[in-house]
Amino acid sequence: MYNFEFVKPSNVADALAALASEEAQALGGGQTLIPTMKQRLASPEKLVSLLGISEMQGVDVSGNIVTIGGATTHANVAAADAFSGLTGLASGIGDPAVRNRGTIGGSLANNDPAACYPAAALATGATIVTNSREILADDYFQGMFTTALKEVEIITAVRIPVPLASNYQKFEQPASRFALVGVFVAKYVDGVRVAITGASENGVFRWSEAEAALSVNFSYDAISSLSVDASDMISDLHGTKEYRANLVRVLTGRAVLSAS
Amino acid sequence: MPKDSGIGTSPKRREDVRFLTGNGKYTDDINLTGQSHAVFARSDVAHGKINNIDISVAENMPGVLAIFTGEDFADVGGNPAGWLINSRDGEPMKEPKRPVLAHGKVRHVGDAYAAVVAETASQAQDAVDAIIADITEFPAVVDMETALAGGGFVHDEIGTNQCFDWGWIEDNRAATDAAIKSAPHVTTLSLVNNRVVPNAIETRASIADYDRGTGDYILYTTSQNPHLTRLLISAFVLGIPENKLRVVSPDVGGGFGSKIYHYGEEALVLAAAKKLCRPVKWTASRSESFLTDAHGRDHVTKIELACEKDGTFIAFRTDTMANVGAYLSNFSTVTPTFLHGTLMAGNYTVPNVYVNVKAVFTNTAPVDAYRGAGRPEATYSLERVIDKCARELSLDPIELRRKNFIKPDQFPYASAAGLEYDTGNYDALFDKLEEIVDFGGFNARRAASEKNGKLRGLGINSYIEACGIAPSNLVGILGARVGLYDAATVRVNATGNISVMVGAHSHGQGHATAFPQVVSDMLGVDENSIEIVHGDTSKIPFGMGSYGSRSLAVCGSAVVRATEKIINKARKIAAHMLEASEGDIDFKDGKFSVTGTDKSLAFGEVAFKAYVPHDYPHDELEPGLEETAFYDPANFTYPSGAYACEVEVDPDTGQVTVESFTAVDDFGNVINPMIVTGQVHGGIGQGIGQALLENCTYDESGQLLSASYMDYAMPRASDLPFYNVDHSCAMPCTHNPLGVKGCGEAGAIGSPPTIVNAVVDALHSGGHTHVTHIDMPVSPVRVWSAINN
Repeated sequence: MYNFEFVKPSNVADALAALASEEAQALGGGQTLIPTMKQRLASPEKLVSLLGISEMQGVDVSGNIVTIGGATTHANVAAADAFSGLTGLASGIGDPAVRNRGTIGGSLANNDPAACYPAAALATGATIVTNSREILADDYFQGMFTTALKEVEIITAVRIPVPLASNYQKFEQPASRFALVGVFVAKYVDGVRVAITGASENGVFRWSEAEAALSVNFSYDAISSLSVDASDMISDLHGTKEYRANLVRVLTGRAVLSAS
Repeated sequence: MPKDSGIGTSPKRREDVRFLTGNGKYTDDINLTGQSHAVFARSDVAHGKINNIDISVAENMPGVLAIFTGEDFADVGGNPAGWLINSRDGEPMKEPKRPVLAHGKVRHVGDAYAAVVAETASQAQDAVDAIIADITEFPAVVDMETALAGGGFVHDEIGTNQCFDWGWIEDNRAATDAAIKSAPHVTTLSLVNNRVVPNAIETRASIADYDRGTGDYILYTTSQNPHLTRLLISAFVLGIPENKLRVVSPDVGGGFGSKIYHYGEEALVLAAAKKLCRPVKWTASRSESFLTDAHGRDHVTKIELACEKDGTFIAFRTDTMANVGAYLSNFSTVTPTFLHGTLMAGNYTVPNVYVNVKAVFTNTAPVDAYRGAGRPEATYSLERVIDKCARELSLDPIELRRKNFIKPDQFPYASAAGLEYDTGNYDALFDKLEEIVDFGGFNARRAASEKNGKLRGLGINSYIEACGIAPSNLVGILGARVGLYDAATVRVNATGNISVMVGAHSHGQGHATAFPQVVSDMLGVDENSIEIVHGDTSKIPFGMGSYGSRSLAVCGSAVVRATEKIINKARKIAAHMLEASEGDIDFKDGKFSVTGTDKSLAFGEVAFKAYVPHDYPHDELEPGLEETAFYDPANFTYPSGAYACEVEVDPDTGQVTVESFTAVDDFGNVINPMIVTGQVHGGIGQGIGQALLENCTYDESGQLLSASYMDYAMPRASDLPFYNVDHSCAMPCTHNPLGVKGCGEAGAIGSPPTIVNAVVDALHSGGHTHVTHIDMPVSPVRVWSAINN
């Protein structure tokens, strides 16, 4: 790790000011950035911690909307128990150390193709709130490690409409325990959304055939005969394209069966 | 009344208090005054010619004290293989030089070609990053079959990638071939024994200190065998006289084989310490550990089992390619040969066995002995092909094994693979297994699993292994370049407490607790007054360290012999003190007494007299009470076992979960049952890791794909079941004084085939009868792909 400057502002304006300098980088829980820096693969001159900004902390449930501060840890999201799919997802990320450090804003800003939160955000049609604008999840995710965020832009909150029923199924990659494939199913009055993480070369995506079938008939049988095109799937040490495509179908079915 | 101390009891491991409260002292915990830090520049290509290493920028960077390249060690000896293997045609193995730092060529990713020593590790790393290495990349030789076919050579000077082509036993070859040709049934299986990374929790580390006044060196290093490391450095590599080099391996956080060997980093810090007259420290990062610790296994094997229609075994024939990586690590040549081929008769009365092993150089990290070392490879091949055979002949897998077992009255038994098993009772082990495991309820459990959409399989295995590697006379004939005895010194101090200096090294095994139990039993003194000293060549006698489950069988025997000498001398002193003849002195429960009288002396009183020898028979006896014994065994020891496990397979995802695991082992006599149980637990965990999770993989260009915990899957608690472990079927070893056999590797040897046999059984129960084998690790994708192929 190279030397760096560390600041921990207490409000968003100060954070933005600190991030304005060249080679400054925002730091959430540091679950990706710190190991990368230890390997000398990243060398920001200044780290701007977002964990001291109180307005970015906490989970608020008002009516049918859950608002989660961008610097809220996975453990705190799990503890808030806003709705079952989200609670299940947050309580299954990594291990206790990760959950007590990692933040929802950090996860969404990084958009690792195997991270869990992108599936929840996309499947719920969440709104990503930044210091300057609001971005719909459908517009936010733009491929592996790529998002609509601009150079100096902070995720201050995530707004999630509470589904009627939801569930997240993760099949863990045996080594990292990230999602080899993760499926978030969310049922709303106007239809069902299904988002898949871990599987595609293009990052998190919505499985539209499953959404259409489940919107008509929210049951395991509705999707059991569907299949996903394997050609866009990731192939690596832990799974072939065909295997990942199979897991998408199997886990979607299990998410439907478990949705509550 | 049951014993409450000594042999056969389970005092808690006294070293654990230190370890669990953060008071262990590992190499990286040691910091010396004036210490500097070494960081290595490592190749990021698998194979290439070093044209130039430009250090001109790096050497002028802040804090830099010295930079070394391969050129600096060009005249220094290579790090040798410890065992000379001859090919079938009598030609000695190819033995290219393994230099301290790569010179001329880099041969695997991670091969160190330069090292920087600086005031801080960070400054050294900065300078390493500034070294400009001009390396012409060559195509990498990774796959063993391709390597043998020719093309690029890992070592150009030997003109082949084949290290040796070994046959065992060559004289049995024709008979075995003929037996297989005419056999009524032959089962053939091709399999891969997957390459694994040892992953000791403590990475390798070394600190060298040089005394410019005396010319003495001290090397603190993460070694399983400090004397062996010293011998290699002194006699082969740097030429430092043995009496000028002290090697200390303090607390060591796991080795599993990978810390047996001498590595170039140790030589580098020693040379640097002398040059700078300052201590030089190096601690491996986890990435360096993945790239450069000697890996394990990596065999590609075809095995054939010939038998009668009723299952009577006629012959085993094995063809194996064994990857030795880019350089020969110290035990890399004996592991796939004598530690593997000699076990290829298993527990069976098979008359014909022939094993061919071709060792292959590749552009990968060196491969060497890893927990079990050759015997897991042997057991896996045998027990997988036997299981396949049982299925082909519709025979019960337990009955097929029982049918071919060596029977208790046949011991000592000369196996067709050239070993003489001293004792064993394999049927008794299966009897015990059948007593413990509810085989009768298996069908109900299978039905319950199926109700949940899962398949359930039962896996059976038996194994035999050879531990306590010996005897020196024999292994010398077979090519060993070292002796394989061990040594112990028992020092009774004046005040009666005892220090026992042992050649064995504990890096997790619990020697500090178990060895005192032996001495305590013999001397009748409180085991808490006995301390074990190990891991420092300036304190202990010349012993060979710990590996191959040898500590108790070999070094423990030396402890017994030294303690017997103590008793003999103390008896003489007691006879003088009691004014009786030596023959009338009885020693029991720590007391010397004169037979038929009430005159007695406590052991401590006799010890005190030895050190305060007033009124002492100086003309007959020396003062002091300290004895050393070297012990060279008459034979290997032969632990054996019967294992069973049940797995569930999720056919939709291919996920395998281990539902139960039962291990019945014959370790001979057991000193501390709790420690033995723990050793078995650890071994099974490691075996399940190999069977289900661990997969060291290089791509075609020689890049290590599984180079971190993000891609290399280690077993975690949640992957493992509660184990049912039994070691009550003890058939004591007939040739060592404790009757012990060794337990450290058994679990890792016996468990992988048990797991894979169970997975195949589960798939067959689900109608997937086309699946006769799945290579390890039996990962979800492999199981699912096998089902859906």
